[in-house]
Amino acid sequence: MTKKITIEPVTRVEGHGKVTIHLDDQNNVDYTRLHIVEFRGFERFVQGRPYWEAPVLVQRLCGICPVSHHLAAAKALDVIVGAGTGQGLTPTGEKMRRLMHYGQIFQSHSLHFFHLASPDLLFGIDADPAIRNVIGVAMEHKELAVQGVMMRKFGQEIIRATAGKKIHGTGAIPGGINKHLSPEDKEAFLNGADPLNIDQMIAWSQGALEFFKDYYNKNRSFIDNFAVFPSSHLSLVRKDGAMDLYHGVLRAVDAEGNKILDDVDYQDYEQYIEEEVRSWSYMKFPYLKHLGKEKGWYRVGPLARLNTSDFIPTPLAQEAFEHYKALTHGKPNGHCLHYHYARLIETLHAAEMMKELLNDPDLMAGELVTSGTKVNKGIGLVEAPRGTLFHHYEINEDDQITLANLIVSTTNNNEPMNQSVNQVAHSWMDGQPEITEPMMNAVEVAIRAYDPCLSCATHALGHMPLELTLFDAEGKLLDTKRT
Amino acid sequence: MQILIYGFGNPGRQDDGLGIALTERLADWVSDNQITGVEFDHNYQLNIEDAAAIAQKDLVIFADASDEDIEGFCLSQVDDSTKVSFTTHAASPGYVLQLCKELFQKEPLVLLLHIKGYEWALQEGLSEQARENLDQATSYMQSLLVDPINTINPKEGLKLC
Repeated sequence: MTKKITIEPVTRVEGHGKVTIHLDDQNNVDYTRLHIVEFRGFERFVQGRPYWEAPVLVQRLCGICPVSHHLAAAKALDVIVGAGTGQGLTPTGEKMRRLMHYGQIFQSHSLHFFHLASPDLLFGIDADPAIRNVIGVAMEHKELAVQGVMMRKFGQEIIRATAGKKIHGTGAIPGGINKHLSPEDKEAFLNGADPLNIDQMIAWSQGALEFFKDYYNKNRSFIDNFAVFPSSHLSLVRKDGAMDLYHGVLRAVDAEGNKILDDVDYQDYEQYIEEEVRSWSYMKFPYLKHLGKEKGWYRVGPLARLNTSDFIPTPLAQEAFEHYKALTHGKPNGHCLHYHYARLIETLHAAEMMKELLNDPDLMAGELVTSGTKVNKGIGLVEAPRGTLFHHYEINEDDQITLANLIVSTTNNNEPMNQSVNQVAHSWMDGQPEITEPMMNAVEVAIRAYDPCLSCATHALGHMPLELTLFDAEGKLLDTKRT
Repeated sequence: MQILIYGFGNPGRQDDGLGIALTERLADWVSDNQITGVEFDHNYQLNIEDAAAIAQKDLVIFADASDEDIEGFCLSQVDDSTKVSFTTHAASPGYVLQLCKELFQKEPLVLLLHIKGYEWALQEGLSEQARENLDQATSYMQSLLVDPINTINPKEGLKLC
């Protein structure tokens, strides 16, 4: 007979979920589950709608990463309107979208590190929750908190300038983009008054990375031993193996770094990826078909991307990448808390990419849209801040969407998040008859490393408090804690 | 007096778009009536960068849809002692105010306009009842913006929740 501990919902992530921890007769952890208790409905909602509405409609999913959904849908519709995949667009179309995307990556990663993760790092995961939050950071590390605010603001401004507006942006359209970058915006981003210019953003990104490295050097044992487990990793990479967050081919590597999927056109993703349904969660469990359900699951997101990519095509991020890879002797990194390290390297890369794009004359002039022969099916992928995001649409002869399938980043990380919770539970809860605050937060920290967006993953409105419940061997409730 | 009216919510979720609908209506009205000193903003949700935006203002009125048991609409003062509960990627008005105080040493008067909503499905367009509440809230806010200083002082004269 097992006992059960339930944690629900998890703080500082979006949506609604709970964690149950099942103990055996000796109060040791038997098994764990991250439950997602809301339902999906978006795919059905878009059926029957004209296909060209999809890039705007998908932004209704949630307010956390509307740009990623906007771009993934637009890329799928590029295929449907005959504009090709990724590189089929005009230079202006592709580069404006890239700028929008890197703005999204930059603001999202900045928010996560400075305001979601840094409280745990600065104060320790067993610190008083009253100070272990961003207000605590603001009080004790004001400069860091201000930088986080301004970096997020800069990314949001890039999105406004490329997507057109904050709510239901319309910038990306099937086959391209609907505007150029204005000269005023370009000037402001490149040479605006401090602190809101790109050089300051690059400097602060470097500063954040140095901050983490310093923390890492002082707390290496904790970082390197928290929720460590081997896994496969999946992402888009550029054809030559470079990191590319907007477009590329699918690559997956195993825990030893062997390529188990490589150079795969994502239009064919159905041949390689399957989604398993489990009765206890509304969130599916994707896996690589040829490896099966047990061995085919993989991580996505910053940690995975730094494991699949051969190099980063911007100099400062590449330098950081080389140091980072040396930590694991070039092998894939399975350390859960290294997600933060990887995220900061990507933040720097995004800043460098934005500067490169802002200096590109193609943003200011050139054809915006292209098209070709229409087909009835299109797949769009981007590397969203949280990982690989799949949008798949099929249409009928009346241009109505007949099928939509979305595999969002958080869904791709479903099994890894479960594995992380399991690791932490064994470390912190074996032999423990009741729930303590550090125990609860250890579970949260493990999940938070993936920066999940459960609202997105389950396609439903939701908020995310946290509750942990403990059951004994007979299924009797022993303890419940809620934040 | 520098005023910011900031609506938030997701217009793709029916009545969750009430706050943004209010700001759009008021922005048109302010422009038509050449009222100065009032700026508008909107977003899906509040977030940390809004602390910098409100630091520039004397009065901030956040507008949001509400499923609370209220009649039509009402105002509440956002308390700087609001418990910081950063439970999502979004931020509460109280959280934004507290962050503003900590980071920028500014403390504008912050009010939250609650507008009662009823339907939250994945589609655009307000429910009929929500639209009626929006009409009432818009009229009320127009009155407030004509003479904001005397309307909000004393606060007992406000339609408080």
